[in-house]
Amino acid sequence: MTAVLASRGLGKRYRQRWALTDCTLSIPAGHVVGLVGPNGAGKTTLLNLTTGLLAPTTGTISVLGGMPAASPAQLAKVGFVAQDTPTYAGLSVADHLRLGAHMNPSWDADLARDRIDRLALDPAQRAGKLSGGQRAQLALTLAIAKRPELLILDEPIASLDPLARREFLRGLMEFTAECEVSVIMSSHLIADLERVCDYLIVLIASRVRIAGEVEDLLATHHLLTGPRRDPGAWPSGWQVISASHTDRQTTMLVRTGSPIDDPAWAVEQVGLEDLVLAYMSHATNSAPVLEVQR
Amino acid sequence: MIWLSWRQFRTQAIVAAAGLAVFAVLLAITGVNLAHLYNTSGLPGCHVHGDCAVQASNFHNQIQSEKIYNLVFFGGIALLFAVPALTGVFWGAPLITREIESGTFRLAWNQSATRTRWLAVKLAVIGLTAMAIAGLLSLMEGWWATPIDRAMALGTDTGEPVANLRIDPVVFGARGIAPIGYAALAFVLGVTAGVLLRRTMPAMATMLASFAFIQFASPTWVRPHLITPARSITALTASNVQGVVTGPNGSMTAFAGINNAGAWWILSNQIIDKAGHVFTGPAPQVCLSQTAPFQACQNALGRLHLRTLTTYQPISRFWTLQWYETGIFLALAAALAGFCFWWINRRRLA
Repeated sequence: MTAVLASRGLGKRYRQRWALTDCTLSIPAGHVVGLVGPNGAGKTTLLNLTTGLLAPTTGTISVLGGMPAASPAQLAKVGFVAQDTPTYAGLSVADHLRLGAHMNPSWDADLARDRIDRLALDPAQRAGKLSGGQRAQLALTLAIAKRPELLILDEPIASLDPLARREFLRGLMEFTAECEVSVIMSSHLIADLERVCDYLIVLIASRVRIAGEVEDLLATHHLLTGPRRDPGAWPSGWQVISASHTDRQTTMLVRTGSPIDDPAWAVEQVGLEDLVLAYMSHATNSAPVLEVQR
Repeated sequence: MIWLSWRQFRTQAIVAAAGLAVFAVLLAITGVNLAHLYNTSGLPGCHVHGDCAVQASNFHNQIQSEKIYNLVFFGGIALLFAVPALTGVFWGAPLITREIESGTFRLAWNQSATRTRWLAVKLAVIGLTAMAIAGLLSLMEGWWATPIDRAMALGTDTGEPVANLRIDPVVFGARGIAPIGYAALAFVLGVTAGVLLRRTMPAMATMLASFAFIQFASPTWVRPHLITPARSITALTASNVQGVVTGPNGSMTAFAGINNAGAWWILSNQIIDKAGHVFTGPAPQVCLSQTAPFQACQNALGRLHLRTLTTYQPISRFWTLQWYETGIFLALAAALAGFCFWWINRRRLA
């Protein structure tokens, strides 16, 4: 099956600064992908490269087997909710639906109308007068009513209050459950993604630190506590993501495919949030970028 | 895409149409009176009486004395120069910058239409509207001014000095098809400035400055040479010498009056000697004298067998010049539009 997103050596430079470097990914279809990383890590750049709003400086990218934004057919396959969920302030909700209907041959008018009804949005209301949450919902409606194969959302819920955030995610999950659609969604809040994502990409300081299915990530990362050991004194095949030492004790997050059989270590399962935070706090540590082995 | 272009442009189009309608009513009312004025003047039958020059002059004076005709005549010219610039500023420049500033290009360019198509439809819908408005204005103003143009032409045929010929640089740009070319270029210039600068205010200012420069440069440096100017050489008579400037070592420059027969746009008017060189002296002694009357200097120059060389574009070339100029502006507009297509596809605007 074609990867929803396949990139090799992908990089983007703005004048002097590299916003994304050496990004090699292959995301299989059918996942809800969470793209996490601190602000300025390059999440928006990666998503804009995926939608074709940006052209890469180096490397290649293919989305659903095609070049991003290269043709109407390619555009029809990808739905995009951009950061800050832009809408035309002067156009009404109904106008936005008309816009979608006129510009997308695959437009699902019933789906769009149902969603607007369910959200209790007034079709005559101008988009400029909507609340942030309503605007995000309108933008999501536009993106999903074109029936994309891949839905891309760039920090869609960053500016929403907790209730609107939950509503938005619920709407998104309903849609992904009903239709066979892959989703890539960025956020700097792991908690938001934890609930909905089954695939994770951690992007830090313009590099992909880790990418893989959440299940695999959790199965291969272990939080170990044991008597103090000197750095380097552990089996080969262990990748130490983070380590902290006291006089007597060492605590480490270790990534390994093989089971931990040394009884000196107390092994704990790590949560997704702790896992991501461990990668983030060691952003300066330039560990090699690896994908999860499967 | 056509729907979206129209929906976003609707309000502006209605405002423009309303303005056009108001101006049309003003022209219709005053134009009927002006036509009546012409028909009741001595001009329609002047060839029979051989008094076209006098009648033209009378008609000219009559129009000059009524403020409304002056106002509509020059107001119309001003409007025809202003409208292309305004469409460039308010329709062209914000076309892309407004989308960038509000982030909505990320919405528009992720529908199932390529951005090439997006830009093509936008340029077509708004650009053609701008061109149509300029064309209609020019048509209406041209109809309104027909009696004046005709009177001026009748006057100039007989060598009477007149003003405001339609080939004059100021009037030329407000007549015929040239305004359509101006509107097209101004609009695309605005779009291009927006594409390059990405912000509305700087794009508007840049568009206005560059279009003003083009409107100055065209009649000054380009239009005179679109067709090789016609030349006329006439003997310089004493009474035709209008002024002299003397320099050191007996050098001098003299200025001759212009013989207006033939209805032309004068490009240059110089006094030349027998060999065909511009006359620079030596000045007759009497011209250097502080006490001798100017008439003595005039007479002295008149005896030197000097000639006047005039280069000009005759009014018969009006339509040829119009087509050339419109063609150039449309070609420039097309080139800039091509650049915009290339730019939004190559340089991604995220």
